[in-house]
Amino acid sequence: MWSFPRTLSFRGGVHPQPRKQTTRNLAIEPLPLPRRLYLPVQQHIGAPARPLVAAGDRVLKGQVVAAGDGAVSAAVHASTSGQVLAIEPHPAPHPSGLPLLTLVIAPDGADRWVDLPEPDHALSLSREEIARRVAAAGVVGMGGATFPAAVKLNLGTRHAIDTLILNGSECEPYLSCDDRLMREHPGEIIDGARILRQALGAERTLIVVEDNKPEALAALRERLYVADAIQAVAVPTRYPMGSERHIIRAVTGREIPAGQLGADVGVMVHNVATARAVHRAVRHHQPLVSRIVTVGGGAVARPANLEVPLGARVQDLLDHCGGASMAPARLLMGGPMMGQVIPHARVPVVKGSNGVIALTAAETRSADPGPCIRCGRCVAACPSGLTPLEMASRIRAGDLDGAAERGLADCVACGACAYVCPAHLPLVQYFQHARGALADRREQGQHQERIRRLAQRRRERQEAEARAKAEAAAQRKAERAARRQRKTAGKEHETEA
Amino acid sequence: MTTPTPVSGPHTHAPGGIATDMTWVALALLPATAFGIYLFGWPALNLLLVTVTSALAFEAVCLKLARRPLRPALSDGSALVTGLLLALTLPPWSPWWIGVLGAGFALVVGKHVFGGLGQNLFNPAMLARVALLISFPLEMTTWVIPQPLFTPGAPGFLEGVAITFAGAPVPDALTGATVLGQAQTGLSQDLGLSRSLEGVYDPLHQALGWIPASLGEGSALLLLAGGMVLLARRIIPWEIPLALLGTLALLATAFMLVDPECHAGPGLHLSSGGVLLAAFFIATDPVTSPATRAGRLLFGAGCGLLVFVIRTWGGYPEGIAFAILLMNAMTPLIDHYLRPRTFGRTRRGRPLEPTQTAPDGAGRRP
Repeated sequence: MWSFPRTLSFRGGVHPQPRKQTTRNLAIEPLPLPRRLYLPVQQHIGAPARPLVAAGDRVLKGQVVAAGDGAVSAAVHASTSGQVLAIEPHPAPHPSGLPLLTLVIAPDGADRWVDLPEPDHALSLSREEIARRVAAAGVVGMGGATFPAAVKLNLGTRHAIDTLILNGSECEPYLSCDDRLMREHPGEIIDGARILRQALGAERTLIVVEDNKPEALAALRERLYVADAIQAVAVPTRYPMGSERHIIRAVTGREIPAGQLGADVGVMVHNVATARAVHRAVRHHQPLVSRIVTVGGGAVARPANLEVPLGARVQDLLDHCGGASMAPARLLMGGPMMGQVIPHARVPVVKGSNGVIALTAAETRSADPGPCIRCGRCVAACPSGLTPLEMASRIRAGDLDGAAERGLADCVACGACAYVCPAHLPLVQYFQHARGALADRREQGQHQERIRRLAQRRRERQEAEARAKAEAAAQRKAERAARRQRKTAGKEHETEA
Repeated sequence: MTTPTPVSGPHTHAPGGIATDMTWVALALLPATAFGIYLFGWPALNLLLVTVTSALAFEAVCLKLARRPLRPALSDGSALVTGLLLALTLPPWSPWWIGVLGAGFALVVGKHVFGGLGQNLFNPAMLARVALLISFPLEMTTWVIPQPLFTPGAPGFLEGVAITFAGAPVPDALTGATVLGQAQTGLSQDLGLSRSLEGVYDPLHQALGWIPASLGEGSALLLLAGGMVLLARRIIPWEIPLALLGTLALLATAFMLVDPECHAGPGLHLSSGGVLLAAFFIATDPVTSPATRAGRLLFGAGCGLLVFVIRTWGGYPEGIAFAILLMNAMTPLIDHYLRPRTFGRTRRGRPLEPTQTAPDGAGRRP
């Protein structure tokens, strides 16, 4: 469409009912240590960490219990002191509930830290040292993406980063953990921002907050000095403002080209909770052992913002919050737009869990899907400029290539389309299904290609062998003939002589 | 505490749905409908009930034949709205079989032959109206002068039943021509508009709806109010009515300025021939109109242009139904070509150059 000179915005998006009122004014409270902690070895994108302890070992709070393994991985630390009971598969916080290798720790109640070095002046550290400390602390993207933060920092060495964005938009309904963090610990976030900026060499740093969190903005601005060159920026409240592509578009006007990353346009985005974890990791040498979780939803008796030791189970959180006042229609980890259904409450809170939301049927408003009436609300809502209705109709007709041609790969799965669909079509589910099927097919194609190549190579090898044999035979024959000729020639010579 | 089968997000949903939207459309039509019934009396009410009831019946029969569940489709309100819209575009004293045939054509040929709700290419109500107009030109152009309920001269209940169901003839004294019809007749007799419309076109009556017209086209003000409600609730997109009415008004003004004796002004064009009813309630049918903003603007402008062309140079004095059907046919093409630009890509679908700023130039790299 026509472009108007506008800033702090992006195309499309929706205004889901925020439903943050129940928790946004509740101060962060610590969750009492539960009886058991369950630490999966994989709480991040990348390779699982490798356990360093064995069942029966005693561990201290902050001790590395599993080390990062490979280029993209993150360490796991004991979130309290106690004894490792077992290292065994346990249900993971994922819709499938499939088991993941998990360290089970029985807290001893002392909550005793390992010996940490004295805090030091972090701002004179080199980029490498900052990245090393962040990696050692097992910090990952805490907005839910869980990409290892140190790996992301090292991206900055390959690209020039001029802008660092701290994402405090928190556009998902219900969630208020980042809001509370910004209001209660603005100094730690700002210090994290300074450290990250130091590591990246960014010229400007923006802490971006949706304008429905005025208290958080005020708290941040109060702590910022002009000389900091760090700005707290208010952006309009619109989902999915928290998406990396869209927040960059909104505050810098730069658009990440399809298939590339923020670093490619000179911008890096970190969540505000990640910045706080970086502050703790670099300045205090404290590993990531806890996080703030919003427990909310209509089915929770007493919603709260909790500081939770990693590995506490969802059930522990719900029990602390007065239990479920009714059987929830859906139990989610994360917000209701992009969060994941968890199969039961026996899964642990991990580094990327920003919310435990128990929704009632009235809140989910789920209904049987009806026919698409082509109303185009999905087109208007799509922040990626796609036509979800056409992609969906092609997928339903089995035309996956057609859907891919209409931009399936550009979909960020934010769910804005499905949120507004009057026919209640599960659009995101269609797209995920199609992506999975296309990936399978590609893999199968690659497999067949590999087999074909192998077969061809074998044929070539056999042919080459046969050729070599024939050549050798021909050569021997020629040599024999030559010898014979020489012999007869010699005889002739002799007779002549 | 378990959750059934894994499902993708979002796990919450905007309020409302298809049935809610349809209910709002019906509610927004209610004032104009009620006024139409008041103006044209019992026969109009009979016709309305016959048309809506048969629309629902035909929907049920089609669903039954297709072996599809009745309840979800019947309760979504789409058949009700189709029946209602069709009734509102019929001459109010039409015999009952016009309503039944129209509803049958709309639902069976216009909708279910294509596969039901969401699949049809043409707006069912408009398709049925055009089919009726071509097949029964006499019945479809017999317009009565308003005979408000409970006034002397208005048909009583029994007379109304006779008019609708027994084919009682409409007395000539009660019939009149529509403004557009009058204008066209006048032009064909080389009369200037100022003479042919004398005593026929009164802007106030036109706006209030006190004119010979179809059941629901009457009151411009009530239709406008209903349309505003739908716009405010974002049930219909603003692009289509704006582009349609804007184009028609612009063309009418331009031609009126050139020759006021041959071309009526924008006031008459907008307030007559069901243009407002169509602009807010029929052209905005989501199924048969484009899904993108640019597409809708083009669609609306196309409707406006075609209405003007048909009215000015075509054989029918009205033409909105034909205009909408023609643009309905263009909708797949419009949707194919006018699509939003994908994030991170050029209009042609290539990834943006890495150093390029957003095409709307909102920001530049320092």
